[in-house]
Amino acid sequence: MDVMPKWADVVLIPVISILLAAILSALVILAIGENPWEALKLMVDGALGSTYGWGYTLYYATNFIFTGLAVAIAFHARLFNIGGEGQALIGGLGVAIICLFIPWPHWTFALLGAAIGAALFGAAWAAIPAFLQAKRGSHVVITTIMFNFIAAAVLNYFLIGALKAPGMEPATAKFPEATHLPSFQDMFNFGETTFFRGAPANITFFVALAACVALWALIWKTRLGYEIRSFGHSETAAKYAGISPTKIIMVAMLISGALAGMMAINNVQGEAERLVLNAVEGAGFIGIAVALMGRSHPFGVLLAALLFGFLYQGGAELALWTSIPRELIIVIQALVILFTGALDNMVRMPLERLFLSLRRAKNDGRTV
Amino acid sequence: MDFATLLQMLDATLRLATPLLLACLAGLYSERAGIFDIGLEGKMLAAAFLSAAIAAVSGSVWLGLLAGIGASMILSAVHGLASITFRGNQLISGVAINFLAAGLTVVIAQSWFAQGGRTPQLTGDARFNPIQLPLAETLQDVPILGPIYYELISGHTILVYVALLMVPLTWWILFRTRFGLRLRAVGENPAAVDTAGVSVIWLRFAAVGICGILCGIAGAYLATALQAGFVKDMSAGRGFIALAALIFAKWRPWYALYACLLFGFLQAMSLRSDVIEGVVGFQVNGQFLDVLPYILTVVILAGFVGKAIPPRAGGEPYVKER
Repeated sequence: MDVMPKWADVVLIPVISILLAAILSALVILAIGENPWEALKLMVDGALGSTYGWGYTLYYATNFIFTGLAVAIAFHARLFNIGGEGQALIGGLGVAIICLFIPWPHWTFALLGAAIGAALFGAAWAAIPAFLQAKRGSHVVITTIMFNFIAAAVLNYFLIGALKAPGMEPATAKFPEATHLPSFQDMFNFGETTFFRGAPANITFFVALAACVALWALIWKTRLGYEIRSFGHSETAAKYAGISPTKIIMVAMLISGALAGMMAINNVQGEAERLVLNAVEGAGFIGIAVALMGRSHPFGVLLAALLFGFLYQGGAELALWTSIPRELIIVIQALVILFTGALDNMVRMPLERLFLSLRRAKNDGRTV
Repeated sequence: MDFATLLQMLDATLRLATPLLLACLAGLYSERAGIFDIGLEGKMLAAAFLSAAIAAVSGSVWLGLLAGIGASMILSAVHGLASITFRGNQLISGVAINFLAAGLTVVIAQSWFAQGGRTPQLTGDARFNPIQLPLAETLQDVPILGPIYYELISGHTILVYVALLMVPLTWWILFRTRFGLRLRAVGENPAAVDTAGVSVIWLRFAAVGICGILCGIAGAYLATALQAGFVKDMSAGRGFIALAALIFAKWRPWYALYACLLFGFLQAMSLRSDVIEGVVGFQVNGQFLDVLPYILTVVILAGFVGKAIPPRAGGEPYVKER
């Protein structure tokens, strides 16, 4: 029997962790001479106070859903994919090639093509670290870190070489009109009132939602998902049950890379409509915080991604109106990773003790 | 490429290899004791910031160095708390530390100095200045050896020599002292060490502490010797190159020196693309040279050249049997 009820594990611990992170962040804001309460109000107002703010929040959240799901599926196989950043960069390369060189008749086909391209490129970039882990036992964390740097160099090579558009900037040409995805502004335009005006959120958000559902079904409703989870719980037991570790490591990492790569249909095809240097802007790493906070569950990831989307857009507003730099978001992200990931036991152990003593008290009451 | 250019390149190699070497040895202590540390980058960055900030405010580079070591030690303590005391995931803790340093340094620098996340330029005693070794001037005209001594060996900051001395010292500590034996044992088989009545917790904290000191020196070197002040993200992936060097060196001190010199040479080459073009006859992409350390390490990991086997208990929190 578990020490704690399930709701405590799923809800209480993440909430306490996020509160701890919030308190420390508030202290940081206090220390640099700003008012944390005012800062929070500014953030809420900037990120959720208008459809424009929501448009940005949901745009960022879309990125984080993809990278968060990527980290989450790897976590289920007890693999830590830090390479989301590089996989998303290479996914962007795939999107750029597909949008630039194939004459798409309509955006629906372009979206399908780009999604497949992004997933294939992202998965390919995860394949080598996965292979080294499966066959050579080289730690996937180390290799994926290195592949992030190599990806940046590859992208740089293409953007100053083969794919560079005329001009000074290391970027590709603008994608053709037919590949442009409908933004929320196009989709929620009701004549007089236009919602989400000028915000980058686009149809990819719904693709991300579909990815959440698909991944949930994969993990909990298919044989493959079962194999991945059992491998994550105990490698020896999984082996005994006839599950091939090589297969699980490869498949989990390929799905992970494909999901990270698919982020590119949001930021490259949906927003920028061309490929620029450093297109991912750290979203690959935020996926780690998102997956940890979401407890590697697709719906948890969705909620955590929305929270980080809010933090990201709110942080941008803060940097605009106060002297608090945007990097505060990186601090919050670090604290979330620290408390929900590394210091999990610090929150968990006292809670477990509390629940144990509560249960004991209850049992004692019954016997007397 | 003439002799003078070669010397210049090697001189730059030594300067660029120094922070790699210090961070690599830092990781060596930690990982030999069974604590993976991918937070080298963050510790260096935090140390670079605080050393530059304190050196700028106090005017003394030595106070800066101490402050830098202090900043790095605080992050080491967090890592120790998370991965030793609370038996958390060492890799996740390292990731958190990297981001904590990347964010906090800019936030604090901005509110302290208001120069867009930098510290003021350091001058005079607020920096480590080159040391002229004895007789360097007089021996300068001796053919071949004179310029080598004058250009390459003499004229570095004290931290370069400290880093080089750390290599034999680390070898001696790890392979010739009781502490070193226990430290290596705790990374291979902590239960055996525990059975012998030696505290696993204490040993691992000691290793993580040494790691913090060395990362602190490495960071201080970046901001007060190699460059004159802190700029955002100035560690620029060096912590990860040091990690690659550690694998490349298969967790051994002397090989760490060679790996760091090799990777430092690659960095020196990417700074002097004109020289490279003159030698090989075609233009080499500087970015390619920057990531060559990673590619080489992946080749090593793929098992084409030898096999890199990490300490056996690395990454595993130690739980006493009950």
